[in-house]
Amino acid sequence: MTTELVEPNATAARDADAPASAATNRIRGFVCRNCGRPEAFGLAYVCSACFGPLEIDYDLASISIDRATIAARGPAIWRYLELLPVDAPPARGLVVGSSPLLQADRLADRLGVDRLLLKDDTRNPTLSFKDRAVAVAAANAPRLGITTLACASTGNLAAATAATAAAIGLPSFVFVPSTVEPGKIRHALAYGATVVPIDGTYDDVNRLCIEVADELGWGFVNVNLRPYYAEGSKTLAFEIAEQLGWRTPDVIVAPIASGALFTKLAKGFRELAAVGLIEERPVRFVGAQAAGCSPVARAWASGGEVEPIRTPDTFVHSLAIGSPADGRYVIEVLDSNEGSVEAVSDDETAQAIRDTARLEGVFVEPAGGVTVAAVSAARRRGVIRDGDEVVALVTGNGLKTPDAFEHGLDVAPATGNRPGLAPVLPPNFSSFERWLQA
Amino acid sequence: MTAIRIPPVLRASTDGAKHVTIEGSTVREVIDRLVAAYPGTAGQLRTPDGELNRFVNVFVNGTDVRHLQALDTPVGDRDEVVLLPAMAGG
Repeated sequence: MTTELVEPNATAARDADAPASAATNRIRGFVCRNCGRPEAFGLAYVCSACFGPLEIDYDLASISIDRATIAARGPAIWRYLELLPVDAPPARGLVVGSSPLLQADRLADRLGVDRLLLKDDTRNPTLSFKDRAVAVAAANAPRLGITTLACASTGNLAAATAATAAAIGLPSFVFVPSTVEPGKIRHALAYGATVVPIDGTYDDVNRLCIEVADELGWGFVNVNLRPYYAEGSKTLAFEIAEQLGWRTPDVIVAPIASGALFTKLAKGFRELAAVGLIEERPVRFVGAQAAGCSPVARAWASGGEVEPIRTPDTFVHSLAIGSPADGRYVIEVLDSNEGSVEAVSDDETAQAIRDTARLEGVFVEPAGGVTVAAVSAARRRGVIRDGDEVVALVTGNGLKTPDAFEHGLDVAPATGNRPGLAPVLPPNFSSFERWLQA
Repeated sequence: MTAIRIPPVLRASTDGAKHVTIEGSTVREVIDRLVAAYPGTAGQLRTPDGELNRFVNVFVNGTDVRHLQALDTPVGDRDEVVLLPAMAGG
């Protein structure tokens, strides 16, 4: 889907006096998350003094944005332009974001919570929330002289990077563990990417990509473009707050792979409060990991450091990061509220995928199943309380991982009383009726 | 001699060298001697109390030393030590 953006906000924000560089009076540059040292904007991602991760340093006091201005803009993530590291909506790219916040009463009953809303990010152009992050990284690519877009992917990022590269006219290379679901590889190939399967875990792929990024200068969205990329996830927080009438929910439940999404949700809410769009109030954050790769859940439970997992053992490939870069920052978010990190078995995940599909009509991939199952776990733990309004982020579409749905199922053929796949029938009513009544 | 691959963010402190070879029988010894040879790397590789900076990952022949014997992991002539920023994100 190559798209020339024509929505009103593009016109509104692409002012004649827009500065040529992303460093504007609302953005000071980079700042090291570890030591606080400022760094100049550019193709950098690591503090030159301490190796800590760099992030965008906004001058929030200088940012003037109000609800009416945002409401007058068209859909997609650029409606929150002032809180993103871009000068103006890019001329080319995918139309990303503005996904619905669905009331999920039947699923709420099943999970035992009073009010549940699903942030349905399965509906982005490549069917996962990764389109948001890639859009922000790619919007900076021309300014940084990037001629090849690339990524290290557990699956979803591959298609998001490949499709975005196609839309802006760049070649793309995506590196994945060779064990990734075949559908996710085909999805990336469809957009014209070069897919490089690596005989190793995601962490092995990631290590290789850091070296490739360093040596070849390609724009790896989640390595050397990471400070921009990570900002894209904040738009989920912005949308949730706006969709709730400019306020936060009681509880947010989100999957944790690297931890970047989780921490950027918290940052998004903080920034909305800082610029006066919402009132600051406590939000309990619940993280969701697969039990077979749960380094952050273990660290949270033990009170210790995030220890890497060498060999993930789960069918939730999109969360199978054994050495999560932002794990320690997830713990920091949790230290400031009364949340939790839940570790969910693959059986619970598969059941949650089926429940979400059959009770709400939303087909999620395993990471979404982990998230929904974590709602139930957090309720049992007492983190989710009576009367709470809970927002759960389902971040990828089940069409990408159809086999996961059947995990643990005894797949018997359908009968008139049991849903499922019926046998092949002749095309006449009497045959159908006989089968239905058998 | 063990080969060490230097990431770009450290090369300003190693006179631009991408690779250096250093004598040492463990990862700790090799890093100690790297820091001694190029004192500018100390602030990036070490904490004030001499431990390895938590934002640096060390790999021996592609394996994270946290899965081996950490800084006590033995190294020899045919081993390659790679220093990289701790940066893993899906």
